[in-house]
Amino acid sequence: MIIAERKPIKEIEKMIMPYKKVLIVGCNTCVTICMAGGEKEVDILASSLNLLFKSKHKEIEFIKRVVERQCEKEFVEELKEDIASVEAVLSLGCGVGVQKIVEVFPHIPVYPGLNTKSIGAPEEEGVWKEKCVACGDCILDKTGGICPIARCSKKLLNGPCGGSQDGKCEIDKNLDCAWQLIYDRLKLLGKLDQLEEIIPVRDWSKANDGGPREVIREDVRLKNGK
Amino acid sequence: MESNLKKVLEKGEFAVTVELGPPKDSRRGIIERKGELLKDYADAINVTDNQTAIVRMSSIAACAILKQMGIEPVMQMVCRDRNRIAMQSDIFGAYALGVKNILCLSGDHQKFGNHPTSKGVFDIDSTQLIQMVKKMRDEGEVLGGDKIKEPPHLLFIGAAANPFADPFEFRAIRLAKKIRAGANFIQTQAVFNVEKFKEWMKMVRDKGLDKKVYILAGIIPIKSARMAAYMKEEVAGLNVPQEIVDRMKGAADAKKEGMRISLEIIEQMKSIKGVHGIHIMAVGWEKIVPSIVDDAGLFPRPKFT
Ligand code: SF4
Ligand code: SF4
Repeated sequence: MIIAERKPIKEIEKMIMPYKKVLIVGCNTCVTICMAGGEKEVDILASSLNLLFKSKHKEIEFIKRVVERQCEKEFVEELKEDIASVEAVLSLGCGVGVQKIVEVFPHIPVYPGLNTKSIGAPEEEGVWKEKCVACGDCILDKTGGICPIARCSKKLLNGPCGGSQDGKCEIDKNLDCAWQLIYDRLKLLGKLDQLEEIIPVRDWSKANDGGPREVIREDVRLKNGK
Repeated sequence: MESNLKKVLEKGEFAVTVELGPPKDSRRGIIERKGELLKDYADAINVTDNQTAIVRMSSIAACAILKQMGIEPVMQMVCRDRNRIAMQSDIFGAYALGVKNILCLSGDHQKFGNHPTSKGVFDIDSTQLIQMVKKMRDEGEVLGGDKIKEPPHLLFIGAAANPFADPFEFRAIRLAKKIRAGANFIQTQAVFNVEKFKEWMKMVRDKGLDKKVYILAGIIPIKSARMAAYMKEEVAGLNVPQEIVDRMKGAADAKKEGMRISLEIIEQMKSIKGVHGIHIMAVGWEKIVPSIVDDAGLFPRPKFT
């Protein structure tokens, strides 16, 4: 899932300051699970902003909505009437959600209320961790199912570096060293010999370095008569 | 001309390399002064590449200044700041300036330096960098496959090893990988815990790696009790036994004690099978290097014509 975190309220305040009526849109999918942009967070943000603006003798009217998936046109289109009645949109979706609203409603300003952090997973109560950076050429088969590109601070493919200590990464004593995890997992599987192989240089053109990526499924397109 | 360091090692001499950190500005004089001080006491001088991610004069420029003084440099190159294009271009440049030794490193994370908000490149890692340099040298091709008209035939390729990092059992395997990638010599993390180092060397010998690569043991002279405590507590990847911290604390003359500790460690390194030399990293205390090399009985350095 996509992990996100709400922006500091001061930053949000600045963005919507010029408006009198704003639509706050949450999303029912990833950002609900990571407690950044679901129904509850939309409510909380609206009341916090109300309080904040009241203390500054300003008033902004908020309309609150949550769509099923902000990254899909069909769901975003449901906002049509609400959008017609406001001056701006504050999205509590991930970066994809914000851009989808922009695509569907190009004439209204849309602001990001969240910082999109990673592709990750809930780890424990209140903790979400990055697991994948969508490199476009998955190598989890070579690394014991643990991703060094997303989880090693130096993206090493032949780690661990000389800073790995007591299972932790050199940059932060609270951060697991991905390569220690890889080592432990392969040891558990009795496949440590896999680590003797040098993993070759990567083709980053399959990652975002090759430009924005598209996935095209001709079979699906044909079926839909395109 | 071949690398002097290579010649020293091939002749079976106990090698000495010394680290030189370029200044945080453009003062050529600093490089010249340090170079002058160290030149007779080392077979080659390592020039760090923006060590601990702090912006300093580039390694390649400082190496060129040393070359002009007739001193042999080891150019350190980290994967943190450059992609494969920039690295290969710098290798061509360095070779044109007379650099024959290159030490391939991952590099400290940018978080530790004076630009913690910068983007870490890490296009390739240190093992892949070794492979790339070897390919340029031996196959006469850049990484992308294009032929090099005049390949850098005489490059002597170095790599780092930290016997004290975790997982310990993996450290010799990782060294083997670097050797397979093409490393000719290894400079290790500073040794303070000699027992652990010996254990590592045993794993290295058991794998026959000491026959395939020259190993230079890292030495950091400790200047003060505070430095000892700091290295023990704060520096990732360093293993400083409490005993050494205590010795430094209890010493009437800390600098003398620090030097004595270095000399004791060097003495032990000389007796370990498979250790082919030492690499002294006297961070900010280069002045002490001549006395250490001299008192360790490693002066004068061998000269070849
Ligand atoms: S290798 Fe690439 S695709 Fe696979 S988990 Fe890591 S970043 Fe994601
Ligand atoms: S300590 Fe581990 S996770 Fe951190 S940079 Fe080194 S290898 Fe990667």
